[in-house]
Order: sequence, then structure tokens, then C-alpha cells
Amino acid sequence: MIADLLENRLLAAALVVIAVPFVLVGYILFVEWILRRAPRRAADVIRPWLWLGPALVFLGVFLVYPTFATIVRSFMNRKGDEFVGFANFEWFFTQDSTLTALRNNALWVILLPLLVVGIGLFIAVLVDRVRYEGGVKTVVFLPMAISFVAAGTIWKFLYDLDPNVGTFNAAVTKLGGDPIAYTVVQPWNNFFLILVGVWLLTGFAMVILSAGLKGISTELLEAARVDGASEPQIFRQIIWPLLLPTVAVVATTIVIYALKTFDVVYTMTNGNFDTDVIANNMFTQLYSNLRPERAAAVAVVLLVAIVPLMFINIRRFRQQEAIR
Amino acid sequence: MTQVQVPVAIGAQVAPRREPRRRFGSAPVHIILVVATLAFAIPAVALLVASFRTAAATNSSGWWTAFLPPWQFTLENYQYVFSRSGLDQAFLNSVIITIPATIIVVLVAAFAAYAFAWMSFPGRQVLFVIVVGLLVVPLQVTFVPVLTLFREFKPFGIAINGTMLAVWLAHTGYGLPFAIFLLRNYFGGLPREVFESAAIDGAGPSTAFFRLVVPMSVPALASLVIFQFLWVWNDLLVALVYLGPIPENHPLSVKLASLTTSFGGGWQYLTAAAFVSMVVPILVFLGLQRYFVRGITGGAVKG
Repeated sequence: MIADLLENRLLAAALVVIAVPFVLVGYILFVEWILRRAPRRAADVIRPWLWLGPALVFLGVFLVYPTFATIVRSFMNRKGDEFVGFANFEWFFTQDSTLTALRNNALWVILLPLLVVGIGLFIAVLVDRVRYEGGVKTVVFLPMAISFVAAGTIWKFLYDLDPNVGTFNAAVTKLGGDPIAYTVVQPWNNFFLILVGVWLLTGFAMVILSAGLKGISTELLEAARVDGASEPQIFRQIIWPLLLPTVAVVATTIVIYALKTFDVVYTMTNGNFDTDVIANNMFTQLYSNLRPERAAAVAVVLLVAIVPLMFINIRRFRQQEAIR
Repeated sequence: MTQVQVPVAIGAQVAPRREPRRRFGSAPVHIILVVATLAFAIPAVALLVASFRTAAATNSSGWWTAFLPPWQFTLENYQYVFSRSGLDQAFLNSVIITIPATIIVVLVAAFAAYAFAWMSFPGRQVLFVIVVGLLVVPLQVTFVPVLTLFREFKPFGIAINGTMLAVWLAHTGYGLPFAIFLLRNYFGGLPREVFESAAIDGAGPSTAFFRLVVPMSVPALASLVIFQFLWVWNDLLVALVYLGPIPENHPLSVKLASLTTSFGGGWQYLTAAAFVSMVVPILVFLGLQRYFVRGITGGAVKG
């Protein structure tokens, strides 16, 4: 029975892999075939919309429509048939559990970018001065390919309470301390979860900052050195100001990331021991508590937190377009 | 990596590579870099080593002792997770979910990106700014309505919710803003003369697209394929939400998350399962790192 199902699933996937490109390419060729027969001016007006069509349908169905529907849903009751005003938001801002999630997200939003950008910049600057740059970069960057779920498993293993198993507690007991339950001790456990994010994302910051660093002219730095500037002075007065726009881009990206944090918390603690975050709370409301109206309200809170960052991104994109 | 989305630095401006700098690392620099490299490598190394150790060894001594005799390495953990806990099926599911979800996104995005880059139409700017905005919309905001849609919309009487079709479609929708953004940035940088001379030769838009744009944009398309592939493969949230009801369809990420709970302290199995889920992304990453970097900057890296 299962083998049967598996076979069908494979078959379905194989069919999709072959048929979908066929259908999509066929669609474009068909569209152009029709347009060639239409009056030139009409064809030029309609053409872009037909090429955009499939994408607009997907974006509309899976992103635009659901966003508005969720906003509406967050003002409805559990069954979704009655308008309840701000009741769901009142619930959100008066519960200990959701307020804890909000506090933890604030911790993520502050600490994650600070550590990721700080460590990433530190490594990027140092690695620029050695011959084995590529090797260090690959190692630091590699965790980016690892899923947050796998990372959660890895770090749970490192954090294991038994000093004969957990790497961290082995080190702690070697130094004469008592083993620590890293995912349980409050409020520090949040910090230990954030550390997992730091491990995964520092490579991202490092790679982009390093590329920015390579854009700073060598002559400028050499000139400063000839004039007798010390390395810290060069960093503070030349590198840092020139790198600031890149730092801002990376920091914005990491803040957005921190706001959406879900996987690490879900796998490592599932929000227990006061480590819950908004995205995990939303999932709990949706699946464990079966309260779609509350889940919608939690999602809207998340959206509202992200909107300012969205505008920052859009403004930056426009500036970039202007110099293109 | 993904959380919900792989981080993408929007607006990153990356200059062309300058002349190689004089290398003058001093002793403290070397020491700091070696320590940092070790710190980043150790977690993954610990996992890899532990996954090849016997249960008795893992539970009584740290993974770092494995390098000293008596060597107690075994393949049993991998045999167990594949034969007894359904990881083989989860692996297959990951493949089945990832490949179509990648192909659909790339094609749909390429058509749209071509229109954004080389066709003029009213609302082009506004529409593209909306796409840039959609890049950061938290997926959480879409779950309730899309779930309702999947439950109620039943083509040919088949419920979509919980099926592979649901995740294929959802991943396509969620992956599109970035895909369009990346490809449009690249297509837009192609030389105008090529299109003009093609038009003079009587080539229509479809010919220009398939014969010129696609072959000239292989690097950008490769970045997108890798990026989307890693994103879908590593995704937990989307699979969890839309495949929730049918465990037989669960990919590696969901399987691993549930094993973390059910195996409790069975580190020998958990480490093996985690490594299985990591193998494909790591190989893809190591082999194609260059394209991956391009993806991260949304096409801002040249050359």
C-alpha cells in the first residue's frame, strides 16, 4: 500500500517535472503565436501582461490576497462569521505568554544583528590580511547551507546536560563548574538559542561585508599607512564610514530574519521555558489551539513590525535603481 | 538556512574586485582566525563524528574522545534511521518536493522578469516595487487564508491540503518575489544592442527570450536554481503547515523535527538523521559557492 503510494508520488513528480516546463513554455509560444496575428499596437499593449500572467496569479493567490484576508480575519471571531473589533489584539497584548514571545523577539531583534554583524565584520576585516582567506571563509560560510532544524539538533547535542555527551558542559565541568541546562535556565536560554542563529548567519554577514571591504581602494589604505595611521585608526576613520551602507543592508536583513525566527525555537524548545517567539506562537495558535482568528492577529502583529523595514528596503532599491 | 526565507541583502552594492591587498597578518590575527574557524567548524564536526559512533560510546564519552583508541565507529546508526524510522521515505519526499518547486519558480519568474526588464507597460515601476515589498512579507501572514483555500478548493474532488501539490504551489508563490527580483536585475543588465539587432533580424520576443536571454543568463539562472533548491530543501515551516495532516508526505526537515522529540536522548540516531538531511545542501553549497553568493546579494555581485 505504502509502496503503491510511493510509486504514484514518484510518478506524479516525474510527470510534473516533464509536463510543467512543457506547459509553461507552450503557453508563451502560444501567446506569441496569437499576438503575431493581432494588430501590432494591440499586441504591444497586451504582451507584457501575458508574460507576467502566471507570476501575477501566483503572487496574488499566495501572497497578496492572503495578506489582506488575514488582516480581515484578525478582526473576526473564531468561526470567522462575526466582526469582533480589536478583541484578538486585546487578547494578544494582555497574555503573559504572548507578551513573553514579544519580549523574546525583541531580544532576538537586538542581539542577533549585533552579534552577526559584529562577528562577521571582525572576521571579514581580519581574513582580508591572510593568505588562507578562502579556507576560513568557506568554513564560516558553510553553516548557511544547513537548515535551522538540523542546526537545532546539532546545538541541542552540544548543549546536552551530561558532561560526557555535551561539548559545552564538558568544558564547563573541566573548568570546575556545574553542568548547565542551556535551553532551560531563564532568561539566558534565549541567548543560547540566539547563538544558534549567530552560528548560521555570521557567514552571510561576513561574505557581504568582505565583498564591500574589497571595494575600498587599496591606494587609499596604503596612503593612510604611509602617513603613519595605525590599523585601528584606519578602521575607524576609513573602513567603517565607507562600509556603513553595507553594514546597514546586512543589519536590516538580519533584523527581518530575527523577527521571523521560528525553526530554532520550534525544534529546540518549542517555546517552552519562556523562549517562545511570535512566529512560533502563531503556529501554536493555528495548529495546537485551533484558533485561526488569534493566529491571524499574531501574524498581523508580525507584519506590522516588518512593514517599516519593508519601506527601508524599497527606498534603498529605488536609490540603487537611480544610479543604475 | 531558511527559517522562512534565506536572507537576501536587498540594495547591497558590491564593487568589482580590486587589486590583491598586501598580506601582512600578524601572530594575534592568525590566532584569532584559527580559533574562530575552529569555533564555526566544531558544531558540524561534532555531529558528523557522533553519527558514526556506537550508542554506548556516545552516551558515555564525548565525541572528541572518538579520535583516540579504541575506535568504536559504526554504520549502524545510518542503517537504523533509514530502515526503521522512515528516513528513506522522507529523503525521497524532499527530492519530490524540491525539484518541481524549483523548476516551476524558475520558469514563471523568468517570463515575468523578462517583461519587467525589456517590455514597457503602464504600472511597471509600481508593480516591481510591490514585488520588492513582497520579498519580506512574513509567510505567517498567508497561512490561514491559503489553508482555507487548499481545504475548500477541490479540483476533480481531490482535496489539495496535505498533498505534494499544495507545497509545490505554495513554494512557487513564496519563492517568486526573490526569483523575479534576481532575474530582472540580471536581465536588465544585458546589452540593449543584442535585442535591437535581433528585432531587426525579425526575431519576436519569444525567440529573443529563448535564444538570447536564457543562454546569456545562465549564471543568474544557476544562482536562482541553487537558492530555490536550498530554500525548499531546508524549509520546515511551509511543509509543516501544508503537509501537516499527511505524515507519509513529510520531507526530511519535518521528519527530523519530529524525531528530535520522539528519540529523546537517542543521540546516535538523531545525529545520523541530521547529517542525512544536511548532505545534499552541503554538497550543492561546496560545489557552487560562487553562484550562491550571487544569489544572496540579489544579483548585485558582478563577475
